[in-house]
Amino acid sequence: MDKPSSNTDSSKTPAAGSLEASFPGQIHETPGGGIVLSKLDDVINWARSNSLWPLTFATSCCGIEYMAVAGAKYDFSRFGFEVARASPRQADVIIIAGTIVNKMAPVLKRLYDQMADPKYVIAMGACAISGGPFFYNTYSVVKGADHVIPVDVYVAGCPPRPEALLHALISLQQKIKSGLTREQIQVPKPATGGDLLNQIK
Amino acid sequence: MTIEELKISITELLPAATYEEGGEWLTINIEPTDWLPFANQLRTNESLYFDYLFCLTCIDWKTHLTMVYHLSSTKFRHNIVVKSKLDKINPVIETVCNIWRTADFHEREVYEMFGVNFKNHPDLRLLILPDGWEGKNPLLKDFEDPVNMIKL
Repeated sequence: MDKPSSNTDSSKTPAAGSLEASFPGQIHETPGGGIVLSKLDDVINWARSNSLWPLTFATSCCGIEYMAVAGAKYDFSRFGFEVARASPRQADVIIIAGTIVNKMAPVLKRLYDQMADPKYVIAMGACAISGGPFFYNTYSVVKGADHVIPVDVYVAGCPPRPEALLHALISLQQKIKSGLTREQIQVPKPATGGDLLNQIK
Repeated sequence: MTIEELKISITELLPAATYEEGGEWLTINIEPTDWLPFANQLRTNESLYFDYLFCLTCIDWKTHLTMVYHLSSTKFRHNIVVKSKLDKINPVIETVCNIWRTADFHEREVYEMFGVNFKNHPDLRLLILPDGWEGKNPLLKDFEDPVNMIKL
């Protein structure tokens, strides 16, 4: 008797956009369940990239576009940026939406330091990239947020369109999945604890 | 009061005042030495009653500075603008923070941004800029940022 074809059939190519298409590995169905074949790192990156909660952080007009992307029309929850957190300790990604002035720079650094690892940074708009319109002869503006904290993805625009920010968010997800964010390619620091102890002795 | 009525009563107070044409509000040009007694009269005169200083700023014209005061009356709902030309090298004008309390912080800001000295100000020191900025006034046209200046 012919069975109607279904998506759960493991011999068929899974439909694009389905869970199986995005999942980094293979599922072999066996009686009573399934066996997942994959690298653990790939699964972790896949899981992390699909649940990135941004920090509520906006210092100027880019913040309005950021709010638009959070709103119903563009809605970054569709891609796993579920909800903006007001506490850096609950956030995974900081979107620098706006101008960073000299007085704000230590605050930005502190917020970044307070975020739990793994953490990612998006520089949104001309001000966060280079100082933007305040590039020439200003007494107060930091000429690019990457002078303060490391940046993973840059979005051009003044301010960028909501679509551009969505594209940046998805680019960040792809970067995490391929293991290429600054967080992931960091060279581990040599352990200095023992040396310090020896120096004290 | 209308602009014309304001013009008549202000000419009575200060015959030396000149007026600028155009603009939404009556614009009065005065000498900086006339400012303090004139400001007192604007505040206390019963028919003018300018009890609200809603903007105090300065303009750098390269050859000179201009102090700009926007005054309003909450009782009569009329507004005026008072302008006064200051020397570029040594800009000095009397403080009005005893007449309008809000002028205290505004004058401190103009002091740090333009270097205008407000005579008899009770607490003339930097407001927003960090310590050590005295003498470098970032909103003057000839200011160059000592740290991050990029020559184009």
